[in-house]
Amino acid sequence: MDIATLQAYGYFFFTGFLVVVLYSYIYHLYSSQKKGIRDYEKYSNIALHDDITDPPIEEISKNDEIKR
Amino acid sequence: MDNRPLEYDYTIAKWFMLTTVVLGIVGMLVGVILAWQMAFPAVNTFAGEGLAEYTNFSRLRPLHTDAVIFGFTLSGIFATWYYIGQRVLKVSMAESRFLMFLGKLHFWLYLLLVAAVVVSLLLGITTSKEYAEFEWPIDIAVVVVWVIWGMGLFGLIGIRREKSLYISIWYYIATFLGIAMLYLFNNMAIPTYFVSGGIGAWYHSVSMYSGTNDALVQWWYGHNAVAFGFTVPIVAMIYYFLPKESGQAVYSYKLSLLAFWGLMFVYLWAGGHHLLFSTVPDWMQTMGSVFSVVLILPSWGSAINMLLTMKGEWQQVAASPLIKFMILASTFYMFSTLEGPIQAIKSVNALAHFTDWIVGHVHDGALGWVAFMIMAALFHMAPRVFKREIYSKSLMNTQFWVQTLGVVLYFTSMWIAGITQGMMWRAHDEFGNLAYSFIDTVSVLQPYFTIRAVGGTLYLVGMFLFAYNMYKTMTSSRRVEENELQNASPMGA
Repeated sequence: MDIATLQAYGYFFFTGFLVVVLYSYIYHLYSSQKKGIRDYEKYSNIALHDDITDPPIEEISKNDEIKR
Repeated sequence: MDNRPLEYDYTIAKWFMLTTVVLGIVGMLVGVILAWQMAFPAVNTFAGEGLAEYTNFSRLRPLHTDAVIFGFTLSGIFATWYYIGQRVLKVSMAESRFLMFLGKLHFWLYLLLVAAVVVSLLLGITTSKEYAEFEWPIDIAVVVVWVIWGMGLFGLIGIRREKSLYISIWYYIATFLGIAMLYLFNNMAIPTYFVSGGIGAWYHSVSMYSGTNDALVQWWYGHNAVAFGFTVPIVAMIYYFLPKESGQAVYSYKLSLLAFWGLMFVYLWAGGHHLLFSTVPDWMQTMGSVFSVVLILPSWGSAINMLLTMKGEWQQVAASPLIKFMILASTFYMFSTLEGPIQAIKSVNALAHFTDWIVGHVHDGALGWVAFMIMAALFHMAPRVFKREIYSKSLMNTQFWVQTLGVVLYFTSMWIAGITQGMMWRAHDEFGNLAYSFIDTVSVLQPYFTIRAVGGTLYLVGMFLFAYNMYKTMTSSRRVEENELQNASPMGA
């Protein structure tokens, strides 16, 4: 097997690997939302409530304490 | 120390808003001159024979592209970063003297760089690499400015109150990292004067790559300059400004994350489509085509997410010219991210390559998507940073329609011109002799070049309306209270 063939196989399997990663990520996003582990949709409010006096959607210090 | 309540500090955002408007006008004015030169070659000497060296097409062309990319767009990116960054991280620039200093340094060095670029390009000093024309001393300065911006960006993220980074921030980070990597690698060059022991000018250089490799690196850069300059940061803007202006939460935050990572993975591999039917390996050309088609998914992921954000709120599109600008921008984003992949398909590219259709594609993206979004962003920011309402809603509406007409004239004329051109180039008789010479195509295309120049001129007229509206907003509009600035921007009649 020459280097070009190896590259081609490498490229093919790497693409396959990335596809798996992508779909796992989709599964991860939707399942963690469903199981209530993390509510992703609430992060939209970061833009809507962005005055400096608005409380953060997720405060740094508070969140670090309850880190899982 | 007084006990004034903490406020966001928009000083640097304001400065960059100013350069956005000014450099936008400069870049587009040069573009319009070029368009008229294409239609009527006599325009090449509009300032007289004596100045023809500075006013001819080839001298002005890089000035146009670089002024709109690195002048107008980049200023818009910086202006919105210094605005959005503080707000979604819930931290003020005023809280850190160091970050404020970095921001100011960033602005002034950027301005110096712009001056250096304008002078050097007008003098004809160039590396001759498209969108990477700057010679090595300027390149080094670009890197310094970029690193300063990066320090400011990560510095602000470092002192944030909001734990989670809003999706726009991810896109700004990607802009920073993407351009840093692309710019460094593509501009690797050997300063000829120093290597040769004193031959030629000290500022000249040759690329570190040669032949096909140079072309590959160049288009890996060139295409991703579009990715990380014209797409990623503009998506950052729309993810903030459309929800904020309309008061609607992003339709699906999960989709925004998914589209982000999709875009990051796919975009970098698509540049090969610029080199179809060239000397680069065939598998690389195929890869460029395939990844370009796959790219539709993450691009449409973001664009559809934006359109769906308006679900149930479509009356706002009719009511607010600001929302109109953003919805048209996102529609043009969908449109040009479908058109691009079509052009990247090998059989289509065989016809489209080197024709005006490509120029049309670039401009429906740049004028319809990038410039519309940046102007909408500035319109949204203006009342908040100047504490005055937008001077005139009707002027905004006029601008919107004048510019929309301009874009439509631009891309339709270039479609027809491009396809005509491609068909004429490949036409042959029964013996295989070419049916037309190059000049035959030029005379057929001349009317379309004229239409394009009219379209470009209309867009430029819109830019002047924009500048006037912004100037009046800044100086003489009605003052507004903080409670008027929640969502929809206040506008005068």
